[in-house]
Order: sequence, then C-alpha cells, then structure tokens
Amino acid sequence: MQVLARHNVAVSGVEGAPVIVFAHGFGCDQNMWRLVVPAFEADFQVVVFDYVGAGGSDLAAYDRDKYASLAGYASDVIEIVEHLDRAPVTFVGHSVSTMIGVLASIERPELFDRLVLLGPSARYIDDGDYVGGFSSADIDELLESMDSNYLGWSHAIAPAIMGNEEQPALAAELDESFCRTDPDIARRFAAATFLADNRADLPRVSVPTLVLQCRNDAIAPLSAGQYVRDHVPGATFGQLDASGHCPHLSAPAETAAAIGEFVRA
Amino acid sequence: MTQRLEGLPADVLCGYLEVGDDGVVTSANDEFLRIVDRPHDEVVGAVSLSSLLAVGDRIYLETHFRPTLQLHGEVREIAMELVRPDGTKVPVLVSADMALGKGGQFMRTVVFEARDRRRYEQELLRARRAAEEAEGRARRLAQTLQQTFVPALVPDIPGLEVVGAYRPAGDGSEVGGDFYDVFQLHSGEWVVAVGDVCGKGVEAAVVTTFVRQSLRALAVQWDDPSQIIRALNTAMLQHGTDRFCTLVVLRLLKEDDDWLVTISSGGHPLPLLTTADGEISEVGASGSLVGVLAQPGLADARYVVGVGDSIVIFTDGVTEARGEAGSFGLEGVLGVLEAGVTSAGDLTDNLLQQVLDFQAGEARDDIAIVSIRVQDDADEAPAPAPRADVEAKDRALRALQELQELERLDEAE
Repeated sequence: MQVLARHNVAVSGVEGAPVIVFAHGFGCDQNMWRLVVPAFEADFQVVVFDYVGAGGSDLAAYDRDKYASLAGYASDVIEIVEHLDRAPVTFVGHSVSTMIGVLASIERPELFDRLVLLGPSARYIDDGDYVGGFSSADIDELLESMDSNYLGWSHAIAPAIMGNEEQPALAAELDESFCRTDPDIARRFAAATFLADNRADLPRVSVPTLVLQCRNDAIAPLSAGQYVRDHVPGATFGQLDASGHCPHLSAPAETAAAIGEFVRA
Repeated sequence: MTQRLEGLPADVLCGYLEVGDDGVVTSANDEFLRIVDRPHDEVVGAVSLSSLLAVGDRIYLETHFRPTLQLHGEVREIAMELVRPDGTKVPVLVSADMALGKGGQFMRTVVFEARDRRRYEQELLRARRAAEEAEGRARRLAQTLQQTFVPALVPDIPGLEVVGAYRPAGDGSEVGGDFYDVFQLHSGEWVVAVGDVCGKGVEAAVVTTFVRQSLRALAVQWDDPSQIIRALNTAMLQHGTDRFCTLVVLRLLKEDDDWLVTISSGGHPLPLLTTADGEISEVGASGSLVGVLAQPGLADARYVVGVGDSIVIFTDGVTEARGEAGSFGLEGVLGVLEAGVTSAGDLTDNLLQQVLDFQAGEARDDIAIVSIRVQDDADEAPAPAPRADVEAKDRALRALQELQELERLDEAE
C-alpha cells in the first residue's frame, strides 16, 4: 500500500481485465493521460501514477541519490507493477518515461508483455552522427535557466490553475498540483532526463515494442524516434499526424487509436 | 457601451502573435517583431515560436506551457526569454489562449517585455537563496555544536550499564544548553554529569561546551562532586558569561558487587534511585545554581548502590514538558519507573519516548537523560576502546571553526 500512496496510483477500468500502465514524462503528472485513459477503460484495467516529485506523489520520499539517474525511476516502476500483482502488464511511457520503461523491462522482462514508447529519445544530446536535437551547450543552458528562471519553473503555472474562473468545472476537476513542481526536484529530474544516454540499452529490450513518433516534436525529433525504432529488436513504428511533444493532449483520439491497435492485437 | 475591437492597433506596446497547430507563427504585430528584432518575413510563416525561445523555455513550452494550455484553454504570466538574432535575450511575460479560426485551432499569444520585473525577480531570488544558505549554515552549526554536548560514545563500564539520550528542542535547528558526560578518572572511578546551561543560541552553546570541557579538567583536581561543582562555579564567574547552569555530578567507585555513589546537585533536579525491589527515592544533595554566587551552597550525599538498582538523571526538558494533559512533571517520571526497570537502555528509551509522546512528538525544550543500572558481574561488558574522546574533540574543534566563520560573516555584514 505504501508504494501505491507514494506514487498517487489511480486505478480505473475493468477489474480483472489486462492491465495497462500509463507513465507521464518530464514536466507534469498523471493528468497528462486524462484524455487518453477513457479509450481503454472498457476493456483494460488502467493504471496511472505520479513519479516521486511530481503531482500528488509523496515528496518526502524524494531521494536525491536514487533519482539522480533514470534507474531510480525504473526501480519505482518495477515496484508499482509488483504491487499491482497482475504481471505481465502493458507499459505506455511518454517522453522520458519511454527510457524508464525500457530500463524496467530489461531489469524485469517477466513483468511486461508490451511497451509503447510515445515520443522516445534514447539521448537528447547530439553525438557524432547521432542527432538527438540538442547540443551539449543547449542542455547546460536548460539546466542553468532552470536555476535563473526559478520562479517560472515553480509557480508560473499556478495562477492559471487556481484562477480559471471561466471554466470552474475543469479547474476543479484538475488536481491543483498539475504541472507544479518543486524547482529543485524539477532541475534534478531535468538533469537525469536530458543528460541520459540509453542507446546501449535499446538492443537489450526483449518485450514487443511500439514506437510512436509525432511531427514537429521540439523535444524528441524524428531522428531520435527512428534511432529507437532501429535499435529495439523487432520494434513496430507508428508515425502520428499529431504535432508537438504531447499528442496525448493535442490529439488524444489519434494517440489512443494508435496505442489501442498495438495493445489489442 | 463597449466597442468590439477588430484588431490590435499596430503600434500598441504589447507583442501579439498567432501560432498555428504545427507551432509555426502565422501572424505577428510590430511590437513582437521589435522585441525579437527580426523582419516580418523572417518570422511570419517562417519559424516556430519554439525556435525564437531560449532552449530552456523551448522545453518548458513543450512540457508545461502547451499541456496547460491544452487542458485549460489558457495560460497566463509565464516568464520566458526570446532570443534575438545577435544572441541577446529579452525577458518577457507570455499569456496565451486557444481560439478557433478557419484553419483550425490556433494559439493567441500576448507578449510583454519585462526587463525590470525580471531584474527585480532575480534580486528576490538572490536574496532568497542567500537566506536559504544562511539558514542551512545555522542549522549545520547548531547540529555540529549539539554533537559536542554529549559523548560520541558512552564508554562501557564493567558492572555498570550506562545509557544516555539527548534530543534538541523542536526541529533541532536551534542550539540549546542541555548536555551530559560520562568519563573515567585516573583512580578508576567514574564521573557522570548531566546539566543545563540557561538560554539558547550560539552564546549558550559556547558556554555549554566550556562547562563540559571544564568539568573534565576539574574532576581530575577535585574528589567530591560538590568540590568539582564549586570549582566550576568559580570558573564560570571568571569566564565572565552572565549565563548560569544547573548541574548534577555523580562520582562512582566500584567496591566488590556494589558501587559507592557520591552525588551533588547545583540547582538541578535530583536524580531518582530505583532499587532492585522497586523502591523509588530522590538521591543527592541539593545546592545553588552554578555561575551565580561567589559562595555557593553545595553538599554531597553518599549511597551504596547494589546489583539491580538504577539511577536516572534528567534535565527539566523532561519534567517541564507540556502537553494537552498539563505538564509531564515528576509524576510522569515516577510513572515510568513504577512500571519497572529492567535495563538502563529501556529506562532511557521509555522515558524519552513518553516525554516526546506527551508533547505530541515536538519537544519544546532540550531533553537529556542518563540512566545507570548496576549489573551482575556475569553480564559484564569488555573494556572500552577510548575512541569517543578523540571524536568529540574533533567535533568540538570543527564546531568552533564554523562558529568563528559565522562570527566573521556577521561582522562583515
């Protein structure tokens, strides 16, 4: 029970049906999946959660050393799946969660029967012929700007959430913590995310995998998605028409359909 | 009557742009073009908003800004930086909402230049960081100092179980004045002392360290606890501090299975003796506060303590602990003792736990407790390794260095 509370785990859908776990990326929290989840609630047991440091997670459980690398987050995913006691499960990860899912599935392949990687990047920083989309200097600037734009990262979003009087229903529906992050934790998560290099892990994935790529994704460019497709053994590739980094928000129907086709096959 | 505006005046001092579903800028006014320092044709229909932002904000746009916009329909007052062709960055505040046009949804974005506000924020941020750092330094100093108030390791005394506990008040960020010490004399006798320097803060901490170190030196020169306390009284008066302390000193000498215990108190709550058959009594001779009078009244009381007997010594953080049920008082201590004493470790732990529970976990004052219990020769522990003193000295030295640094900083300000 402790693990479920630590990650603010929410379960919906059909009890006893196959389990599908949706994992949010760097930035917000499980609410990112709210437009996609309903498409799976009729024939799956749907699980969403917050990483420690995000959304409604237990901030007291934040451990700088553990979460200095993606392996720490992957061990949490393993713990959550173990606690659900319904393995193997389908894991759908967005953004950095794609590599967290990859690491978890390598560590404990028996817990996962499918991986869906939405907007994956095995490395954000360019390296020789590899195009991750960012230079090393870019990422340094990002981490530095998170320091100097401390107020922006911590509280800028809050007024929009609290004071959305024209859409009180929506505002009430959303967790107030949506997108609000402790700036210190956000910076550490950013470092763990954008400095990671998981290219060598990709060939070790043994679970059927779908790679979903968006158009014009400023965070994970096409080249990054193609690299993942080419290096995860037997991976299926799907090109979404949606643009941007968050198709589960901008084009939830298309995203749900693409995930559904793979996980229901 | 309000008039519906057809569009923004071209020369209004507010940047305005529209961004299509694919992220590309589809329209921009003069003020926005001025802020980004680019001609119309190099912006409109040519670049994405993302590409005009500093890289940190580009990621922020994708991971925070757009998700919120998509879920709420609007975002307000987001601090970002636009990058000019020459690389200079212009701090701006951005608000945006979603609107429906002929080509589908688009983002209506308003941009204000915010150089002064950003400078002000940076100042605030610097001040906040400095405050956080100072707070952290003070807390570390408090903790380091507090570690010097008690021995790192209570030495193993053959035939005697001695267990001490110390809890600072509140969250431990403020230094108090409770301390205890356990050490052996050349004669083979042992000294146990528990005391409380009045007040809190760095100055009280300095006096506490002084008292604890002086005690060790004076215990070598003087035999009876009352003489040791009297000498400490003189030392404190000479030290010039206007702080005083309360203190109880026990001198213990092993004689066959028994221990001869001499106890003197300088204004401190008297220790409680619990005999093997459960009888409880105050022990020690009461005397004056230490560091106040030139001629303090002090005396000694002597006892023979046998196997199974125990003595508990504590500070007023125990008896004066306050909770919903009033004050813990001597009654609280007696309650713990009446429940039976099986070991010094249990006695110390139980008493500490009950005092903390009584105050709902948040101690208002420092707490120091030392319990002693005479053991059978059969369960004697091996002789101690004399490491504790070296570590304690190291820590005291480190604390002193931090203190000096803090004082230098204070003076600099």
